[in-house]
Amino acid sequence: MLKRSDPPLLSIDGLAVEFDTPHGRVRALDHVSFDIGAAEIVGIVGESGSGKSVTAYSILGLLPRQARVRSGSVTYLGRSLLGLRESELKAIRGSEISMVFQSPQTALNPIRPVGAQISDVLRAHSPLRGRDADRRAVEALDAVHIQAAERRVHAYPFEMSGGMCQRSLIAMALACTPRLLLADEPTTGLDVTTQKAIMELLVELNRSRGMSTMFITHDLGLAAQYCDRVIIMERGRVVEHGPTAQIFSRPQHVYTRKLLSATPQGHDRLTDLIPASERQDFGPVRQRSEAAPAPGPVKEPVLSVQGLTHDYVLQKQPRILSNFILPWRSRPNATTPALFRAVDDLSFEVHHGECVGLVGESGSGKTTTSRLIAKLVKPSAGSIRLHGEEIADADPRSFARSAKRRLIQIVFQDPASSLDPRRTAFEAIADPLLRLERLKGSEELERRIHGICDLVEFPKELLGRYPHQLSGGQKARVGIGRAISVNPALVVLDEPTSALDVSVQAVVLNQLDKLKRALGLSYLFVSHDLNIVRLMCDRVMVMKGGQIVEQATVADLFSRPQHAYTKALLDAIPRIEFGGAQAPFSGFERSRLSAGAVAVPRN
Amino acid sequence: MLTFLVRRLLAAVPAICTLVVATFLIMRVLPGDPAAFFASGPVPTAEETAYVRQKLGLDRTVPEQLLIYVKDIARADLGMSFTTGRPVLTELRERLPASLELAVTALLLALAISIPLGVMAAIWRGSPVDHLARVVSSIGVSMPTFVTGLLLTYVFFLWLGLAPEPVDRIDMFTAPPPRLTGFLLIDSSLSGRWDALQSAAGRLVLPSITMAIFVLSPLTRMTRSSMLGVLSSDFVRTARAMGLSDVTVYIRYALRNALLPVLTTMGIVFSTMLGSNVLVERVFGWPGIGSFALNALLASDYAPVQGFVLLMGLLLVTVNLAIDIAYGLADPRARRGA
Repeated sequence: MLKRSDPPLLSIDGLAVEFDTPHGRVRALDHVSFDIGAAEIVGIVGESGSGKSVTAYSILGLLPRQARVRSGSVTYLGRSLLGLRESELKAIRGSEISMVFQSPQTALNPIRPVGAQISDVLRAHSPLRGRDADRRAVEALDAVHIQAAERRVHAYPFEMSGGMCQRSLIAMALACTPRLLLADEPTTGLDVTTQKAIMELLVELNRSRGMSTMFITHDLGLAAQYCDRVIIMERGRVVEHGPTAQIFSRPQHVYTRKLLSATPQGHDRLTDLIPASERQDFGPVRQRSEAAPAPGPVKEPVLSVQGLTHDYVLQKQPRILSNFILPWRSRPNATTPALFRAVDDLSFEVHHGECVGLVGESGSGKTTTSRLIAKLVKPSAGSIRLHGEEIADADPRSFARSAKRRLIQIVFQDPASSLDPRRTAFEAIADPLLRLERLKGSEELERRIHGICDLVEFPKELLGRYPHQLSGGQKARVGIGRAISVNPALVVLDEPTSALDVSVQAVVLNQLDKLKRALGLSYLFVSHDLNIVRLMCDRVMVMKGGQIVEQATVADLFSRPQHAYTKALLDAIPRIEFGGAQAPFSGFERSRLSAGAVAVPRN
Repeated sequence: MLTFLVRRLLAAVPAICTLVVATFLIMRVLPGDPAAFFASGPVPTAEETAYVRQKLGLDRTVPEQLLIYVKDIARADLGMSFTTGRPVLTELRERLPASLELAVTALLLALAISIPLGVMAAIWRGSPVDHLARVVSSIGVSMPTFVTGLLLTYVFFLWLGLAPEPVDRIDMFTAPPPRLTGFLLIDSSLSGRWDALQSAAGRLVLPSITMAIFVLSPLTRMTRSSMLGVLSSDFVRTARAMGLSDVTVYIRYALRNALLPVLTTMGIVFSTMLGSNVLVERVFGWPGIGSFALNALLASDYAPVQGFVLLMGLLLVTVNLAIDIAYGLADPRARRGA
């Protein structure tokens, strides 16, 4: 904790930044002021557009060229950073103040081995050269718990997992032992268990080196679990700041409260995610404790999957190569191409009006499963029955033209990239109606589309807009509208809200739940976020390595997880536990971490 | 890496086979009866035509003819040119170095200008350098090579008298260096014939500038746009945040990545140069394969045309192969994925 007498390591005072855009000047930061003390972890929390990343870039003088600092100061150890020349800033970047980024795989140079990239930083800030720099690069990788670091220094980013890349990036940032680390969403896009490992690594390094960390995140849970102090930002302003326990147990600002309630944590109901004042009519509220709308035992399931299996062919070697040119190398598998079993013998059912969750980490096969169910890919084996009718053997192309296509629809993960950029919202929603219902006559089409807009609460006046003119939430609504336009029986929701801010996510999730009840839909809800699954779903399937390792009702899974992997997943969810019965954030977690009880991933 | 190389080499095999068949078929569809053409008198007798036809193998079935053609190629026999009376292979072998020397020099010249220009235009976007790059590109695309060539000849030979006359690769009164590679610059340097080097280099200036101007535009624009893309990428941001020097950021991080698509463009550009150098060779009296093939075509001398097409095809396959291999060397992901 920061003692009153210590001068802060970094002090930002009244910082205002503007961006020149084609539509005039936009204020990105509005009199932002805060301090970061020595060896402190300060969380900067906000949704997209809150200015949290701009703050970090201002500190290092890395703002894009359209940006201008209008007023304010950034002082590091008594020295103003804003007026510095580029050469002076270069000396500070990477050696005094360093930074790690989101999406580590693209944040590393793709055609340079990671060890060389670390050596580059060492050469820039230390007298180390040649062998010495290389040796230090190995040590740097070792320090972030990368095993077999002497081999890993030669690896390229594409040869490593996301977690490994983030560790390498951290190694690079910390190679010159900076005093302040700016971590910009370092775990976004990583699996929960990887996220946990990376966060614990950051905390461990922070403690062992006495380094300060400015941790930028949109995830309140992470901030609550790992930060000493939290700063909440909204549209370029600091709306609230204080010690973590205080912010989470007694939030003062209305925005903080809204964020807190929108973050799926220990809520009981989906509607709790939205502040009471903004709650719309989402129909009769379903209690979490309520059992799923019990499907009558005689009633046929909407979807019934038996022994579903899918193999991907790895590296299809040209026959000529394997038989004639390299017989000594490829003889063993000259006839059988290498296969990767992405989905292995899955069996489950989805009943009418049910929402079944499918959770797992990247590579678990959940995306492949969703594609198989949505009939975008043909399975290698197994049966998929829709209303009792076998559809597994149907070729995806011919299925797309058949009448049954209407019954299974999918909502894709990223609404921004899954909509055709050259089609308006109207055209996007009209497309399935025209193709699958052969709807003729523009009046009928318009009537139907307006009906869909009402259902998904998409403003009709925006129908003529293109995807880039819509907000994330609006795009998500178009994606949902497209899927439900043809009255499907089953909708596959593939991480439908993962690209959205929490407050928007809260509304969209409620919308989905309301639609399900209003239209009698069944959902297969694919997600990596167990908190959301808990609120949305009736039953959950946990996938790992292509198999379902556990399948249970939500209540059972969360209270009595059986499989070790499920327990690990549940354990990795960041928790906000302050006030009330929970003990206020104590040093317990920290001391445990610094004692070295950090999970080291294998390989 | 070895597997990668073998695979790339194998991928060239079907291309070459297709090429051989295509050149064979081109000969079949060209108008006129070669037998009538090769017969002695203006009014050949039926026996004479039949004899010539038999001698040329034209009385066989088409597959048989193809087989003979493939056998000939395998023996490096491309037939005779009746206008020069020499084997086509000899003609091509003598003239190819001239064309290649011109194209390679022009490409190097174009790269030497366009890459720095493109890089600077991207780094200082919207600056005078950027505008200069745009002007250079526009001039390059809008001027046909023969216009540029004639213009340059007019200004530097006729008007200023700085350039040598646009005839041949070397001064008439300078003895050519002993033929080692056929590339005059290399041969004269190797044999220490500095007078020949000077003469050959002097004559190479205008034609290579003409060709370079022609390809400046695609190379500059590709470098600029690729560099802009890379400069706004995450890893360049990382490199900046780590306080790396400008040289490291721009050259080692940005340029090396930005050159990957430029490499592909370079392959296409070089192929275009090989094909389009006929005009430049004409304007500058350059004894290359382009002007040779053109002469043969105008004289209905088909064997050299066939040989020329085959040779160009082989060159393109080789260029693409070289580009692929260079790409594999530059990008570890291509090595792995291929």
